[in-house]
Amino acid sequence: MNKKEIIIGLVAALVLAGIISIFASSWPDGLEKVAENLGFIEKGEGDPALASPIPDYTMPGLKNEKFATSIAGILGTIIVFGFGYGIGALIKYRKS
Amino acid sequence: MHIPDGFLAMNTWIPTWFISAGGIAYSIRAASRQLRDRMIPLMGVMSAFIFAAQMLNFPVAGGTSGHLLGGVLAAILLGPFSGAIVISVVLIAQCLIFQDGGLTALGANILNMAIIGTMGGYFIYSLIRNAVKSKSGIMIATFVAAWLSVVIASIACAIELAISGTVPISKALPAMAGIHAIIGIGEGIITSLIVGFVLKVRPDLIYERKASNE
Repeated sequence: MNKKEIIIGLVAALVLAGIISIFASSWPDGLEKVAENLGFIEKGEGDPALASPIPDYTMPGLKNEKFATSIAGILGTIIVFGFGYGIGALIKYRKS
Repeated sequence: MHIPDGFLAMNTWIPTWFISAGGIAYSIRAASRQLRDRMIPLMGVMSAFIFAAQMLNFPVAGGTSGHLLGGVLAAILLGPFSGAIVISVVLIAQCLIFQDGGLTALGANILNMAIIGTMGGYFIYSLIRNAVKSKSGIMIATFVAAWLSVVIASIACAIELAISGTVPISKALPAMAGIHAIIGIGEGIITSLIVGFVLKVRPDLIYERKASNE
């Protein structure tokens, strides 16, 4: 992958997470639906073991919900890009 | 199918943490032999892309939504081990930053989606590619493996819920496999579209085992 392709890939991901994500379905996913139907959904509704900084892809402190999702998506995409790239580099070069 | 805290009992989430830790350690060793320099930026791009795609829930039947898991997609481009690491990276970030998937359930989520879904999915892909040598073989393998990867991950999830005593296996298994057999069609379509596109513009980005074993 050359620099141009990396940028194209990253921009595509940013568009998905920052813009298209606003139109994502808010219906429950497969596991949530099964949990509702089989009556164990409330087991997952207690306090989480760890409080996350941006719960449910909604940037705290922003009133507009769509904007909050968009910012969370953009931030997440950049962080995960760095995390994946960094892990790849670490795995490849830790020996040398 | 990110499991939240509370669905799994200690008898399940502790062992799955150990299994996943072992699976990641093994993947790192295997990937360090197979990763080529040019694949490292691709790991970053794939992680970012799959994270983004996982935010995009599409509606399926009965008021349920699904989203791409991306395990087979990552493995077709990066190989099964680097692919599993990419999915683990996404799952760890989702858990720690976005509360998507519980911290106690992180081991099970990595086991289901990064190890069983990604490596298992790639195994299915390899089997079909070896059986169907024609050029269409890669597309058939991609669609079937992507679809099945979601189904086998959901079966693993159902088994973990049953071992935890959350819900009996006789109910969990058909419910999870049934809905994910439908969601998996989306996985098959999206993965096929992307792999088809990569085959057209950069066929060299498709991971081939022989080429990387210098």
